[in-house]
Amino acid sequence: MNNTPQSNNVLEIRDLSIAYEPGKNAVNGVTASVKRNSITAIMGPSGCGKSTLLRAMNRMHELYPNIRTKGDILLDGQSIFSMSVIELRRKVGMVFQRPNPFPNMTIYENVVAGFSLNDIRLKKSQRDEIVENALRNVTLWDEVKESLYRKGTFLSGGQQQRLCVARAIAFNPEVLLLDEPTSALDPIATSKIEDLLGELKKKYTLVLVTHNMSQAARISDDSMFMYLGELVESGRTGTLFTTPKDPRTEAYLTGKFG
Amino acid sequence: MTEMYPVLTDNISRRNRTNIRFRYLVIAGSVITVIPIFLIVGNLAVKGFRQINLAFFTKPAPDTFQAMMAASSGEIIPGGIANGLTGSLLMVVLASLFAIPLGLMTGIYIYENSSLKYARFIRNLTEILQGVPSIILGIIAYIWIVKNITRGYSALAGSVSLAIMMLPLIIRSTEETMRMIPVSIREAAFALGTPYYKMIYKILIPVSFSGLATGVLLALSRILGETAPLMLTALGSPAISLDVTRPVSAVPLLIWDFYNDPNMVSLVWSASLFLMVFVLSMNLLARSVASKHKYI
Repeated sequence: MNNTPQSNNVLEIRDLSIAYEPGKNAVNGVTASVKRNSITAIMGPSGCGKSTLLRAMNRMHELYPNIRTKGDILLDGQSIFSMSVIELRRKVGMVFQRPNPFPNMTIYENVVAGFSLNDIRLKKSQRDEIVENALRNVTLWDEVKESLYRKGTFLSGGQQQRLCVARAIAFNPEVLLLDEPTSALDPIATSKIEDLLGELKKKYTLVLVTHNMSQAARISDDSMFMYLGELVESGRTGTLFTTPKDPRTEAYLTGKFG
Repeated sequence: MTEMYPVLTDNISRRNRTNIRFRYLVIAGSVITVIPIFLIVGNLAVKGFRQINLAFFTKPAPDTFQAMMAASSGEIIPGGIANGLTGSLLMVVLASLFAIPLGLMTGIYIYENSSLKYARFIRNLTEILQGVPSIILGIIAYIWIVKNITRGYSALAGSVSLAIMMLPLIIRSTEETMRMIPVSIREAAFALGTPYYKMIYKILIPVSFSGLATGVLLALSRILGETAPLMLTALGSPAISLDVTRPVSAVPLLIWDFYNDPNMVSLVWSASLFLMVFVLSMNLLARSVASKHKYI
């Protein structure tokens, strides 16, 4: 399954288990890897642990002290649990299910929020450049360049979600985690985000959680299928969709459950 | 067939009449509720308006002899409520200095740690504190401050009793406002590596600003009219004073003083009118702040 050289893997997940309550693993002994400059889709029915797995990759679980994590995740060969959270989250950005721009900030402030919230001082010219680049990268620049100083919440849902992607890539991360980024959007906004992800993988490594199989098939390079907390199968998306090895994967892909 | 689908037996027009009667009952109830408000404001305006002039705001309360002379010759009573205004202002500012930071911090703490036993305990205490009669808070401030710290009636003691009154209001409103912020906003901040304290003062507080400000303003308007605890703490003073260790007056205390002096009855109306209008405008201000900075 894993015949690419080690250095090509940005993320290595090693025997990772996550429990919300003692003895009940939401993610159970997952070992997997994520290749550089690709889109890796994590699929599975509701409650299979796919979001839980994703949120482990930038240690979001530390927000909730009840959650217990075992195992390890390596980012470029270094354990993410040995890094400082700020360093990790600069390298591993995140986009959420619902667009969540900071409602008290303008579009401009939202894009550079990662810097201002971490006391990273930038010159005005640097900030301007970061804002313009990030917004151009998410194809939002032309739509908002006249209204940079309006609140981000005035934008449409799809624009807000692209703004949130811009906020995440303003840090120039290595990895971008996307937790069902289009599930709250209409089909047109969804296809814009999907096009955007195809562009972004040239610069970043994307990990995408989706319950939408056709989305995974359309845009991902590699896929993982999770069921009841276990990683059932992973591999090239084309292979996994056409010749699944595990009967559970096949059952899911043919719509028998999920 | 009829057993399975019972036909409506009562006639429609009777049901309509009941409906109309009920509607008029509801309207009548709402009218009865607002009538006292108009009567109070109208009465205060008519009886109190005559006394309100510049001197009313710049001069301290008259002594009983001046008032008697003016009243007997049918003139406007000289003097005003300046000593009450400065006293109220002094104590409200001091009370805010104690209560606003403490209340905000406690509210945020309870919200952030709502699963902890200790936080729930604090919240319950807050609820109890809200139900404590204000005169008892006056007695507490009397024992703490008047007896032991300023060794005499003082503005400080008044402020402490008012601050204790403000605390539960601010704590509750802070907690409830914070609860309205979607979790996703907090997670967005954490996903950018934001440290905890910065998430609070750069995201949570600005996002919930309108709710926090509304809570503070409502707490302020509540304590502005408070009289009972001040009788045991600030006592009242005929002079304009900004010394926190000395007795001061307050607008509601002045109303009580005016009421007890048969020569100053007309000042009761003016001072009450002023207090009512002031508190009312605070409430309106709270509303406009709430709608202006609304993010959530």
